[in-house]
Amino acid sequence: MNPQIALPILIPLLAGSVSLVFWRSRSMQRFFAVAGTAGLLLTSLWLLTTVSRDGILVMHMGGWPAPFGISLVADLLGAIMVVLTGIIGFAVALFSLATVGRGHEAYGYFPLMHLLLAGVAGAFLTGDIFNLYVWFEVMLVASFALLILGSEKAQMEGAIKYVTLNLVSSVIFLVAVGLLYGMVGTLNMADIARRLATLEDNGMVDVLAMMFMVAFGIKAAAFPLFFWLPASYHTPPVAVSALFAGLLTKVGVYALFRVFTLIFHQSPGYTHEILLWGAGFTMLSGVLGAAAQFEFRRILSFHIVSQIGYMILGLALFTPLAIIGGVFYIMHHIIVKTNLFLVSGIIHRLRGTYQLKSLGGFYRSHPWLAVLFLIPALSLAGMPPLSGFFAKFIVIRAGIEAEAYGITFIALLVGLLTLYSMIKIWAEVFWKSTPPEGDVDPYPELNPREMWLMSAPVVGLALCTLFIGLNAEPIYALAEASAGQLLAPERYIEAVLGEAGEVMP
Amino acid sequence: MEPLMAITIGILFAAAIYMMLRRSIVKLVIGLMLLSNAANLLIFVTAGMVRGAPPLVPQGLTAPEGAVADPLPQALVLTAIVIAFGVLSFAVVLVRRAWEIVRADDLDKMKDTDT
Repeated sequence: MNPQIALPILIPLLAGSVSLVFWRSRSMQRFFAVAGTAGLLLTSLWLLTTVSRDGILVMHMGGWPAPFGISLVADLLGAIMVVLTGIIGFAVALFSLATVGRGHEAYGYFPLMHLLLAGVAGAFLTGDIFNLYVWFEVMLVASFALLILGSEKAQMEGAIKYVTLNLVSSVIFLVAVGLLYGMVGTLNMADIARRLATLEDNGMVDVLAMMFMVAFGIKAAAFPLFFWLPASYHTPPVAVSALFAGLLTKVGVYALFRVFTLIFHQSPGYTHEILLWGAGFTMLSGVLGAAAQFEFRRILSFHIVSQIGYMILGLALFTPLAIIGGVFYIMHHIIVKTNLFLVSGIIHRLRGTYQLKSLGGFYRSHPWLAVLFLIPALSLAGMPPLSGFFAKFIVIRAGIEAEAYGITFIALLVGLLTLYSMIKIWAEVFWKSTPPEGDVDPYPELNPREMWLMSAPVVGLALCTLFIGLNAEPIYALAEASAGQLLAPERYIEAVLGEAGEVMP
Repeated sequence: MEPLMAITIGILFAAAIYMMLRRSIVKLVIGLMLLSNAANLLIFVTAGMVRGAPPLVPQGLTAPEGAVADPLPQALVLTAIVIAFGVLSFAVVLVRRAWEIVRADDLDKMKDTDT
């Protein structure tokens, strides 16, 4: 028995329920926020070491053998994603201690955060397509509630768009699952893959593939389905923004990777061609949207969209190197993007605004903060030797090797425009002198403990970025191994259904 | 029976999309409700509709005799209904709160976060 597969789901659920029990005790909730996410991080590391040593781990819930019961499956991609969930969860929990107000904590901020992490980890580890839907919903409901904590006007307006589009995506997903079940009579992803391979008629399979692409494309914020993201991500408290930015869209990307490598690889000429176009437009529209913005978190939100394009590009090219690049990009992006949102949170805490126009002079007043911003910002733009350079390098090299020159050109161009956006933030927030109104109303000084709690996660994530960049070889090997598993779905199927893959009645 | 259900589901989807394209946020929620009901009905029908054949295993056998109704879509639809109920009740409360705060039943007046 391998308890480490279930633990990354159980620990956040348990921590969430315990925090609910201590509804009135602020200190206990804060303690369990840190303890629960630390536990999640440790068990996820345990899971990753086990998976990289022993190969794909499978756990059949309730002792029901696949394909009848629900299986939890941890392959390398799933395990890597859970580790990233742990890192982000822990960092955001620490950051929340200093930034989330008492009002938000009193309305269940921490239990919701645990529930969100449980949903995310569950989506990464399940091997059952309907169960994936259920975890998506767990994650969504928690994110809905987190998004509107505080009930400000902007939050309400953002939440209506976010809730509507995500519900539509869930319904499309549900319909696709229902039709898939009607076709193959099973819900276990490995069993679906095996049975679809024996089907003669590929037309209906392509239709289902498109439905899954739209459903996960909305969750992943891919072109032309991303409009909910820049409308809502800059409205909640910054810790919530950081958590969403790091994890939620990446669950959609993960689901795309899982479904289009395991189940729908029958006609890549059709589906992956559409993904390729989608990736190109996602990159371009995201980065151009960001160029027009002058609000810190909105710029970052649009950059989430453009970066999603690179990950989907890795999947769409569908060569071994491209998949490696996609996985590497996900690892790099989750850490860097969360970090940038956390930096924006510190700046907001110091000056009380996200508008670039009214910020300024931070290089003079807080030089350490400038360095902490520059590391993830340059990494996002793809400067060597930071993590983003290697991520972009692998994806672009894969594009050139696949002779997809048009999309490679777009990827390079978008890298340049990303640098432009980051330099814009740098020039406005750090370099230019403080605008006059910034001096008039100095924001209340931070006490050292608060400062420490806010900086520790930022420094930690920046160290992760540097670690990935300066120590890229083992990370690349990990991405290579997980891409190997993704491109050989028969290993996944064999691990879930057993050696023979016996035919069920 | 299945063709009739298929047409019903189609009408439900069409009505849902029509409602969601209106500007009023109340109609938006009604559209979402119809949408999730249509999806639930679709799952219910996917495995075919079998009448009067419960999936019971007779004593002494390990599998039911003859064709029986597939119980799995019914389990799925139960789960989906519960989830849809929870999410939609959230959506209803959200719309009410949004109306209280924004004081408008019009999506065109909710563009502050888009610029």
